[in-house]
Amino acid sequence: MIRCERVFKRYPNGREALSDLSLDVASGEIAFLTGHSGAGKSSLLKLIALIERPSRGQLVVNGLNVAGVSRSKVPAFRRQIGIVFQDHKLLHDRTIYDNVALPLIIAGTSGKEIGKRVRAALDQVGLLGRELSLPLELSTGEQQRVGIARAVVSKPAILIADEPTGNLDPELSVEVMNIFRRFNEVGVTVLVASHDTYLLERFPVRRIRLEGGRIVGGAEAAPKLLDPGKLVGIDAQSTP
Amino acid sequence: MTAWFTRHMQTLVGALGRLSNQKLATLLTMLVIGIALALPACLHLFITNAQMASGDWNRAVDISVFLKRGVAEAEARQLVERMRQRRDVGAVEFIAADAALKQFRHTSGFGAAIDALTDNPLPHALIVHPKAEFATADHLQELAADVQAWPSVDVVQLDTAWVNRLHAILDAIRRTVLLAAGLLGFGVMAVVGNTIRLDIQNRRAEIEVTKLVGGSDAFVRRPFLYSGFWYGVGGGIIAWLLTAIAVGVLREPVNRIAGLYGSSFQINGLDWRATLTLIGSAVVLGWLGSYITATRYLRQVEPS
Repeated sequence: MIRCERVFKRYPNGREALSDLSLDVASGEIAFLTGHSGAGKSSLLKLIALIERPSRGQLVVNGLNVAGVSRSKVPAFRRQIGIVFQDHKLLHDRTIYDNVALPLIIAGTSGKEIGKRVRAALDQVGLLGRELSLPLELSTGEQQRVGIARAVVSKPAILIADEPTGNLDPELSVEVMNIFRRFNEVGVTVLVASHDTYLLERFPVRRIRLEGGRIVGGAEAAPKLLDPGKLVGIDAQSTP
Repeated sequence: MTAWFTRHMQTLVGALGRLSNQKLATLLTMLVIGIALALPACLHLFITNAQMASGDWNRAVDISVFLKRGVAEAEARQLVERMRQRRDVGAVEFIAADAALKQFRHTSGFGAAIDALTDNPLPHALIVHPKAEFATADHLQELAADVQAWPSVDVVQLDTAWVNRLHAILDAIRRTVLLAAGLLGFGVMAVVGNTIRLDIQNRRAEIEVTKLVGGSDAFVRRPFLYSGFWYGVGGGIIAWLLTAIAVGVLREPVNRIAGLYGSSFQINGLDWRATLTLIGSAVVLGWLGSYITATRYLRQVEPS
């Protein structure tokens, strides 16, 4: 689902954020991306969301080589990825409903369908009934769940999260992680960047460990996840 | 299609709602647009009114025809008849040389000097009133040239020179108005563009989020285009109001002036066609100004 082959990312200021990074995350897999801050976690997620482009190497996301995605195709590319941010990135002058509905409005979904799917997404994160609240009327944990609902409302094949539990206490972190797990169970590929050791201990899933822009562990998918059915799934989904 | 239409309507209303959240700033922008457009609109009214007024005077223009000296009165009267036959002539007054001299002696005060003359130095004269529908400057010239060609005619005096001059001046003013309208139009676009640019800066975070969840350039641009549309609508209406106020203020004194000249001329405001043009061009300029700015600046706002 996400395949890196010898990917380098060098920023204009000369800093090399990722170097010679090869990685394969299978369809339907859930994995942690770990490492200290500055290890390159965010850079890798930015490459996957096409916020940045690799300086060298190949990156294939959901069967699409990002090098072939022109500027005008970036929005459509991003619509197949759900992104959860550490700082939620909610629009504070709009209701929870409008925030979650945004990806559907962009995609041109009909009004009736939007209502149905927004309520379904809010239900999945346990916020049904808060549609008309404004983001600032919610707690940080609830705001993060709104961010997750927005990321999944358009049923993306891939969900990436950058330190989604960074501002949450352990209990809320586990709750948020459990939400990701539930999405993974219905087939969504989930990649969570985190250095939250408590969380890493609680969830025994694959860990891809980055250090200084290189992978130092977990580059290969865990054997039990590499079952043939899921590998076939990669090819079957290569054209979105 | 209906979803698409609903989206656009929502964005349209949403843009209006956002503008009404900042009433003073919005009003100021609209006021600047209104004043900038009221200026050419008022000049346009000045020209159309001046043309109408001078059209009135054009109809009052007569042609004075002086016959050669020595043309007998009987022959002169024949010419009067011939003149009356023309389809472009309404009425002809005949002033015989003797009658003219008598009147001159009566009014000029040169009685004794005139009595000393052995013969009448004045020619017979005709005053020709053209029919109203032929009272254009071009036709009057033609009529004068025709009459001038008659062998017994000495001088044809056509007093349209001042009308021609007036029209030439109005022509020059008209071009000035076009030029001013063009420049002010650019000004309106710049004002709207600058306002939209500030708006984009203020809503940077929102734009970045929208792009992050897959919003295309066209999608994030749309609300700004509708803002530009509303600025145009508001500015156009203000321009119309300012013009109407100017006409209202000038109506009474202009009527008085016209009355003093014995004319029933009335100052005219913008008709529905000019009103539509005014508001329409305000909308187009507002939209265009925001389109150019939004297209340019929104490309620079990228999530990082």
